[in-house]
Amino acid sequence: MEEVRLMKGNEAIAHAAVRYGVDGYFGYPITPQSEVLETLEELMPWETTGMVVLQAESEVAAINMVYGGASTGKAVMTSSSSPGVSLMQEGLSYIAAGELPALVVNVMRGGPGLGTIHPSQADYFQATKGGGHGDYHFIVLAPATVQEMADFVGLGFDLAFKYRTPVMMLADGIVGQMMEKVVLPPARPRRTEQEIAEQCPWAVTGRPEWRKPNVLTTLELDSYKMEENNRRYQQTYDLIKRNEVRYKEYHTEDAEYLIVAFGSIARICLKAIEDARERGIKIGLVRPVTLWPFPEEIISELSKKVKGILVVELNAGQMIEDVRMAAKDRVPVYHFGRLGGIVPNPQEVLDAFEDRFLKSK
Amino acid sequence: MKEEIIIAGFGGQGVLSMGKILAYAALTDNLEVTWMPSYGPEQRGGTANVTVILSDKQISSPVLDTFDTAVILNQQSLDKFESKVKPGGTLIYDSYGIHRSPTRTDINVYKVDAMEATFDFKNAKTYNMIVLGALLKIRPVVPLESVMTGLKKVLPARHHHLLDLNRQAITKGMDLVKL
Repeated sequence: MEEVRLMKGNEAIAHAAVRYGVDGYFGYPITPQSEVLETLEELMPWETTGMVVLQAESEVAAINMVYGGASTGKAVMTSSSSPGVSLMQEGLSYIAAGELPALVVNVMRGGPGLGTIHPSQADYFQATKGGGHGDYHFIVLAPATVQEMADFVGLGFDLAFKYRTPVMMLADGIVGQMMEKVVLPPARPRRTEQEIAEQCPWAVTGRPEWRKPNVLTTLELDSYKMEENNRRYQQTYDLIKRNEVRYKEYHTEDAEYLIVAFGSIARICLKAIEDARERGIKIGLVRPVTLWPFPEEIISELSKKVKGILVVELNAGQMIEDVRMAAKDRVPVYHFGRLGGIVPNPQEVLDAFEDRFLKSK
Repeated sequence: MKEEIIIAGFGGQGVLSMGKILAYAALTDNLEVTWMPSYGPEQRGGTANVTVILSDKQISSPVLDTFDTAVILNQQSLDKFESKVKPGGTLIYDSYGIHRSPTRTDINVYKVDAMEATFDFKNAKTYNMIVLGALLKIRPVVPLESVMTGLKKVLPARHHHLLDLNRQAITKGMDLVKL
């Protein structure tokens, strides 16, 4: 029988990384995600799977170690929180341009600036619209449970290698710091050099005599070639948009109103919805699991059936732009958010809903 | 069965550990459980609290506005959370350092002199286990044996010689409460 364990979301990421057979973790401590590095140091996977765990001198160093490791076809990752992830944006742009697989975890905290250490979702724009320079995207997964914190490590790497793209797990301080039950994925060994050579023919692994050198560069002085590169990136993004949209629906079948929320805030909304339903107010919930690609179709569909949509996020209104684009002008789309590290409780969500939709205006 | 509990007091009183032990006990009993701390510098003084939800069904929100049971260990927490107890719910508090007692009459209020009881053990660190004992007597959400299993998981092996002292402290807490 699978062992059920109790742990924090951050700890689950570390355990899942070792079990997935990740080759390297490079990071720098920052609240509220420091337990990822701490747990890896405790697990000492370099003595079991041979995984490298390294505390870099800064986030800039960490992301460039990821860039280097990913170039060799290894499964490498980093984790940080908002200010640290800002420091990584240059590296992320390079990794995206180099078409390299990597996993980056952002356990968001309140910003802007050094901000607070408490939960936030204010990095939605940065994660989904390309926080660094240039015309790029990567897949963004939004975990809502400790189980998903564990599961999305494997899913993230699978997608990263399938499409040769960085993948970001966009979590927040709640799901990073809370403990709940989790079943860890089965342990498997790291890939051998042989397997990497077969699965990643593009990797720079030292040239055998039988093939031409692999060159990975993001610099292309011939703009016509750079346009070609960009067209290729866009083709990959189109493919990802077609294949990888993920979301969860709750109580939508008879919903008269819709809430859209991601990550742990979706759970707070779900409790608010359950309370509302006891009073006969029929609200449904869509929880985008991939924030990019965004689940626009389901929101578009549901916007034809409901009277209004409330977008709840721990920011001043970011995902609401994507929801509005999907809903067109069919129904009113309103926002409710708390800022800077404050987490609303289910009653506040319900009050915001009633204020926007049920009070006569 | 669903029990939504908040434990609140000063950092250093063992608030988070107490919640953790409760959470592990729930795991032993195959209940669903969430443990959501107020995290950060509170651990080094200031107020700390943790929300623990035990349920036989899946738990949606780990963040709550009202609670079935509040365990209150300082004045600031009493001021903050007394009004958050659901009508008919339970408030357990230690009068040590409390200068304004709870006033609500629509909830069950229990005063537990746990701080005083630590003097019997000549060990202030027994405090949170005495409080936990009182909580378990009033709200027997998990059996003592599951709590001991939980305690074993939370305590590093080098402290396992203290398991018996902890059991005594929990029992003491149970004895402090007259139902």
